[in-house]
Amino acid sequence: MSVFTIREERCKGCGICVAFCPKNVLEVDALSKVHAVRPEDCIGCGQCELLCPDFAIFVDKMDREAAK
Amino acid sequence: MSKARLMQGNEACAEGAIAAGVNFFAGYPITPSTEIAESMAKLLPKKDGTFLQMEDEIASFGAVLGASLAGAKAMDATSGPGFSLKQELIGYGACAEIPCVLVDVQRVGPSTGQPTAPSQGDIMQVRWGTHGDHPVIALSPWSVRETFDLTVRAVNYSERFRTPVILLMDEMVGHLRERVELPESVEVYPRRRPHESRAEGYEPYRPASDGVPDTADFGQGYHIHVTGLIHDGTGFPAGSPTVTRDDIRRLHKKIERVGEEIIHVEESFLEDARFAVVAMGGTARTAYEAVREARKEGIPVGLLRLITVWPFADAALLRLAERVDSILVAELSYGQLVREVDRAVHGKARVELCGKYDMTSLTPAEILANIRKLAGRDA
Amino acid sequence: MMERSYEKYFREGRLPHIWCPGCGNGLAMKAIVMAIEEKGLPQDETVIVSGIGCSSRASGYMDFDTLHTAHGRAIPFATGIKLANPRLHVIVITGDGDCTAIGGNHFIHGCRRNVDLTVIMFNNEIYGMTGGQGSPTTPLDRLTTTAPYGTSVRPFDACHIAMAAGATYVGRSTAYHVRHLAKLIGEGIDNKGFSFIEAYVQCPTAYGRKNRLGSGADMMKHMRDSAVMLSAWEKLPADKRQGKFPIGCFLKREVEDFNTSYEELVDRAGGVR
Repeated sequence: MSVFTIREERCKGCGICVAFCPKNVLEVDALSKVHAVRPEDCIGCGQCELLCPDFAIFVDKMDREAAK
Repeated sequence: MSKARLMQGNEACAEGAIAAGVNFFAGYPITPSTEIAESMAKLLPKKDGTFLQMEDEIASFGAVLGASLAGAKAMDATSGPGFSLKQELIGYGACAEIPCVLVDVQRVGPSTGQPTAPSQGDIMQVRWGTHGDHPVIALSPWSVRETFDLTVRAVNYSERFRTPVILLMDEMVGHLRERVELPESVEVYPRRRPHESRAEGYEPYRPASDGVPDTADFGQGYHIHVTGLIHDGTGFPAGSPTVTRDDIRRLHKKIERVGEEIIHVEESFLEDARFAVVAMGGTARTAYEAVREARKEGIPVGLLRLITVWPFADAALLRLAERVDSILVAELSYGQLVREVDRAVHGKARVELCGKYDMTSLTPAEILANIRKLAGRDA
Repeated sequence: MMERSYEKYFREGRLPHIWCPGCGNGLAMKAIVMAIEEKGLPQDETVIVSGIGCSSRASGYMDFDTLHTAHGRAIPFATGIKLANPRLHVIVITGDGDCTAIGGNHFIHGCRRNVDLTVIMFNNEIYGMTGGQGSPTTPLDRLTTTAPYGTSVRPFDACHIAMAAGATYVGRSTAYHVRHLAKLIGEGIDNKGFSFIEAYVQCPTAYGRKNRLGSGADMMKHMRDSAVMLSAWEKLPADKRQGKFPIGCFLKREVEDFNTSYEELVDRAGGVR
């Protein structure tokens, strides 16, 4: 389980995070903003955050305790 | 007591720069200014300063601008062709308000022209060479000692107004050797400093009461942004018509508002004159001699010497035109200064050109002949 | 969420940046702040100098003393800064047009002079700001607005130029390899001398679209698939190198930097410091 923080004012909907997500967690909506539509599938690899050129998406992996 | 020395104009320029606190020089060799760079190469390492020979004219002025932003008092020297190459960055310095001095020891142009021969053909390129609207301060010495003094003044003006200042020399004065006594010390205008902290809302390009910003140097913790784009008080680019107008207007007003305080001229034999010669730099020396000769012949003629070339001495010229019948402009070009004089006198006096552009300087006899003609004393 | 530590290197209220959706410049900028953080450069004593073009807008977003110079002239300005105040860490951000075309002479002489600068060239293989004209790094047979029938002049390899001209650290990475890029930039910062790091960045808008290279993500996948770490590249037979390019540190050499040499010159001149 991961918690996504998306700074919408920075997101340009380029889709890089979507393309590099190995678990298909993310989608860009009709207004060109990214959303974590399947956060439960996230394995916390951090590719979305690392490869975002706009400093718009942040993913924090919750440990089990915190997730409860 | 300072010791008298035999010194070249270009050397005096270097001495003046050092006296005024210049501690960074970047240059590129070009006749007839090279001795300035050579003198700086000798002097600066002894004075904890940096001398740098760059790969081209543009790079040397770029390094000067960078050094100034990092807190140095910085200077570059060149001649007409090099000055042409630096034009874009001169505009950068004016727009980003970077104090520095650029010396132009003029030679015959256009193009490579006549490298070692005297000319005064850069009057307009120093004023209008870079693109866009901005003011220019340019000073022109007529002697070795005055080269020293005006270099000091150029450095001080550049710091006071935060703008590149041009020392407009010519080959005659640059290569002239005279016996000079230099002062032990000179008055130095210090680098402007911020008077607020970032927390207090400091803005690097917000003008102080004199219209000039107290911009921080790099490394002082202010995290300033400097750009050649039109910017507001924060220093950041802004695309609005209001900011654009205000920025360009302020660049002009910060110099216009001091008026004649920085417009220096020297009058000789003008008290009762009906005729006047206007000249600058090395040509003014010849004109002075010619005027003295003419006086011996009983011609009521005087000399107005322009020390500050830009901003132009409009008021002094107009006052002169109201006193004399006609004005002879002596200059080493096909006619540049003469246009500006003609504009400034508003038709109140006749303006004639005594120009020369053949590698040689004007002689007293040539100017004298023109004075006689002006006074209706044709042989 | 804990705010990421590199956020302190961005000026408050200046993001989002002006770069197009999918542009790789933001990633190169991220690698720079990651390297600055890793190396612990003091924010008050670090200066970012840029030229003109898409890449060079980076300086405005970064919370240091920053200088957005004229086209091609970042290296001379940076040289003046470093020599006037050697205490400052000076990082130059430039683009392929800025660095290898209009600024080409400053680039090679910067390498030769070996002033302690870290130069990062964002190479998007195109003039992006002006809308997609060919640059000196545009590959052969590509379409640009000024090469509507395809480019016919061979591109520069900026790293080869830097190595030949005397730079003391030379490396290349890509926007896809952000951490690797940050590592190279960090090594460049460590090197006391002129360091040159080429950062391949994708330009989907001006370059990708015209050459049917797909989205920013597609172009990054291409970087992932065609960039080869130098150690592997060296073992690659010539036929396998087709369509691929090496990344990594290409050169590191010990040469006294300009400031140190100048101090010795001052001593020879009998100067006082």
